[in-house]
Amino acid sequence: MTTSIFEAGPRGGLLAQNIVHFARALREAGLPLGPGAVLDALAAVEAAGIGDREDFYTTLHAVFVKKHEESLLFDQAFRIFWKRKGLIEKLIAMLTPKAPGQRSLKPAEAGASRVADALFKSAQESAKAPPTIELDARLTMSGAEILRSKDFAQMSAEEIDQARKAIRRLVMPEDRRRTRRFAPGGRGVRVDARRSFRRSLQPGGVIDLEFRSPTERAPPVVALCDISGSMNEYTRLFLHFLHVLGETRRVSAFLFGTRLTNVTRAMRARDPDEALAQCSALAVDWSGGTRIGEALARFNRDWARRALGQGAITLLITDGLERDNLDRLEAEMDRLAKSSRRVVWVNPLLRFGDFEAKAGGIRAMLPYVDSFRPIHNLASMADLCRALTRPEGSFDSRKGRLLAVP
Amino acid sequence: MRRTFDAELVLRLQTALPASIDDTLALLGRASYVGDRALATVIFLSLRLGRPLFLEGEAGVGKTEVAKVLAQTLDRRLIRLQCYEGLDIASAVYEWNYPAQMTAIRLAEAAGEHDKDRIEHDIFSERYLIKRPLLQALETGVNGAPVLLIDEIDRADEAFEAYLLEILSDFQVTIPEIGVLKAPERPIVVITSNRTREIHDALKRRCLYHWLGYPDLEREMAIVRAKAPRAPERLTAELVAFVQRLRMQDLFKSPGVAETLDWAAALAELDAVALDPAQVSDTLGVLLKYQDDIAKIDGAKAQALIEETSAELRRLEIG
Repeated sequence: MTTSIFEAGPRGGLLAQNIVHFARALREAGLPLGPGAVLDALAAVEAAGIGDREDFYTTLHAVFVKKHEESLLFDQAFRIFWKRKGLIEKLIAMLTPKAPGQRSLKPAEAGASRVADALFKSAQESAKAPPTIELDARLTMSGAEILRSKDFAQMSAEEIDQARKAIRRLVMPEDRRRTRRFAPGGRGVRVDARRSFRRSLQPGGVIDLEFRSPTERAPPVVALCDISGSMNEYTRLFLHFLHVLGETRRVSAFLFGTRLTNVTRAMRARDPDEALAQCSALAVDWSGGTRIGEALARFNRDWARRALGQGAITLLITDGLERDNLDRLEAEMDRLAKSSRRVVWVNPLLRFGDFEAKAGGIRAMLPYVDSFRPIHNLASMADLCRALTRPEGSFDSRKGRLLAVP
Repeated sequence: MRRTFDAELVLRLQTALPASIDDTLALLGRASYVGDRALATVIFLSLRLGRPLFLEGEAGVGKTEVAKVLAQTLDRRLIRLQCYEGLDIASAVYEWNYPAQMTAIRLAEAAGEHDKDRIEHDIFSERYLIKRPLLQALETGVNGAPVLLIDEIDRADEAFEAYLLEILSDFQVTIPEIGVLKAPERPIVVITSNRTREIHDALKRRCLYHWLGYPDLEREMAIVRAKAPRAPERLTAELVAFVQRLRMQDLFKSPGVAETLDWAAALAELDAVALDPAQVSDTLGVLLKYQDDIAKIDGAKAQALIEETSAELRRLEIG
């Protein structure tokens, strides 16, 4: 009977303690580990034995890492931890996207967070700076109608707040589609042999047929959001819309500016403010430049096959103003269109009634989308919901008209 | 599901599970599977701790092979559950043989049997139960518990994942008419995914996760030597180096190990001794499956890559 390596003297006990500390460090760095994972790690190390460093690494890796993306984080943490424990706190702070204790001010900046208001009222009264984009168009009579047609970029902090509440009340698109899974009920197409048989066993002897019919499900949505300078305000409110949409179906959200960031997990937070705050923290290139073609290329290569499964609809929110490499943009849009069930492009530039598709980027992208819509105010958002409900294949007259003009 | 068997006999017949990581490497080697030490470690832990093995990776890197190799070397039955959208309990776990049951009822009535309970007891017995893969996996054979391969779980939907989670925790299935069927010994479970969809955390947490990436130059050469021995040595070196370079290009779908092996077989079939630009262009369809990628590599680019690989191999020989 071999003794457990964890009981063999003070060294064994120290190893177990170190593993627990390491797990805690990983948790702080962002890996979702429960206490069960620590127990598994101890069992695994006991089973594998303490061989060389590589084996130990792989053993802990097998237990703690559950996604390919976490591997890099684990690697860095491992090298640092098992060399010098002293540095671990400082280095965790560098590794994580959000250092503890610094983010609580951000919601106040982003325009009146309810929590910030409630908790930090006295202390933050003076520190609550007004939002950076502000045309002080505080209307004396702000009826619901005026709010509906108010451009997002011209809203004050209060109006943004009201707009967010209005978005939560929007009627989501009703576009459920049949899936391949069958469920009992309905005047379906397939005979449910099991239930028919059970029923026939009851006295009577007559076999009443029971049926199964296909279940319905709203198709998942993949949203690619431009967060460059000009798009900033529109995208922020669009993210609120996506958050509400996420309650009815699976929504994968990506932000792009100079790089592509996957914010799907952040958007899953129940509280919309928190979801948006986490998104803000994840993407570092807000209000910067934009390279649409490159962002789409990255998406197509790294994420398209994962996110666009099961008949997903792609929502693309961008102004389409791409400066360089229009050929690449066209090629990537082509691939995106081929991988998605439907591509809906929402563009705030359509708020101008006399919009013409003159810019090179817009002309390059337009032929590959199924639908081209505005997204500058609440009315247009409600229209988007209605448009998504309509069946596919309907010809988009706006797109046809814009492409016809040379 | 209660079988009485001689425990000692079973232990003697069973091929022993590997006792260490080195043992596992040797085990894989016996089936000509060239794996790296990390994979061997995870397999060893999975067997020792009794946890399912979750393999993720690009298409064609040998995920499904692992399950087949384990079944072969440990001398266990391989039970394969191929997942698809809409996979439900009737196709994955069990189904009653309704036509046979109805016939049995008619026969019983014709024979004058009127005891309803007796008929029902006969009808809902194992005799009329069609066992699908997940239920088959709960049975222990002579050599021990089988290897259960759940292939491409990302193609099944979330409802099925939830059901699978239940089975993987207790390894028992409840059939209302019969009762609870519990596995006397946990099967060896291997789950593969192509990552076309994120698998739920709860399922992954139960498993030991491993990402199977593309092999490096030496390992891939070893794989080709083991699996496609007909190809001459120089050709093997060149084509593997070529594929390695190809993976560094910005392709939509990089070729996997399976494609490399197909290509080696194809070139060997064409009696190639070394890489020839024209031949490479002609056989690109074996490696690349998207027209965009083929267009990118065809012609001049293929020539350039061949020259680069020759230079690299010369360097390696000298160095």
